[in-house]
Amino acid sequence: MARAAVLGRLNWRAAQLVAVHGESATARTLILDAPGWPGHLPGQHVDVRLTAEDGYSTQRSYSIASAPAGARLELTVERLEDGEVSPYLADELRPGDRLELRGPIGGWFVWHPGDLDPVLLLGGGSGVVPLMAMLRTRVATGSTTPMRLVYSTRTPDTVLYGDQLRRLGERDSALRVELAYTRRAPEGWQGPVGRLDGARLTTLAWPPTDRPACFVCGPTGFAEAVANLLVDQGYAPERIKTERFGPSGA
Amino acid sequence: MTGPMMWTDGNMLGGPLHDVFRPDVTAAMAGCSNCGWTGPMAGVRVFDHAPGVVARCATCDQVLLRMVHGPGRAWLDLRGLSYLQLPMTEET
Repeated sequence: MARAAVLGRLNWRAAQLVAVHGESATARTLILDAPGWPGHLPGQHVDVRLTAEDGYSTQRSYSIASAPAGARLELTVERLEDGEVSPYLADELRPGDRLELRGPIGGWFVWHPGDLDPVLLLGGGSGVVPLMAMLRTRVATGSTTPMRLVYSTRTPDTVLYGDQLRRLGERDSALRVELAYTRRAPEGWQGPVGRLDGARLTTLAWPPTDRPACFVCGPTGFAEAVANLLVDQGYAPERIKTERFGPSGA
Repeated sequence: MTGPMMWTDGNMLGGPLHDVFRPDVTAAMAGCSNCGWTGPMAGVRVFDHAPGVVARCATCDQVLLRMVHGPGRAWLDLRGLSYLQLPMTEET
């Protein structure tokens, strides 16, 4: 009983920035060491709390990008121009700096590696982050569950994890990565450019009759549009899980 | 802040409500006392550009939950919910 009570508490814990990895002009991955981290499921997030010297404190939620790996976890942070927290995390924080974490949080928008149903991942902008954790966990656990990622991004310059996604898609026939460019595609791109619509979804995703587990993550507008599109195409609403992170940022 | 899509969803309630509830609230099933909607708390609309957190029904817009923190205390108003079915682990 005492043990359960201790495990159930989600206290703030200190974490230290170990390394930084640039992902795009506006996003970077923070590799954190969080002693005592209990592990997580892909799709879960953490709350990050920053406290200024005058005591002013503010917090934001960030999806975990990495597969479970001991006390290490990775967050990918996109800088929002009018953001209060993200510019600090995306530009200022240096290796050795400390911050406070609470988590892992969330038991709904998660993929359980034991699930055998095909998984359709639809990410918009930095909404790809928790979906990347699912792909990485699939690899780390040796899962053969078919997964497909449809990743909507503005231009080739805004793609996160580009090289890794390419490698993942090349070496595993049960894993497919499809990029959908909404503003500008790379030179030689054969596909259309623009927002995802029903016709493109049909060419990129499994049919509804395969009953994939769908995970949709992105800015609120993207997640709403894609979830509605899936329902219109005949995907079962109870098989669609969405996570929205606000007005924009994609 | 106002305007379209100035909201996030119930996934973000997991942290703030963990101060109050031990089970994960995002996976809890909720009922709206106004329109009868039922579904996971993760699916409600959350407005957090304010001193507190407000969750609204995605179907009828009724306020389901309000939570405000003060020094050393928190207020939780759940009157818009007809119920909350929380996932429990069978531990002894």
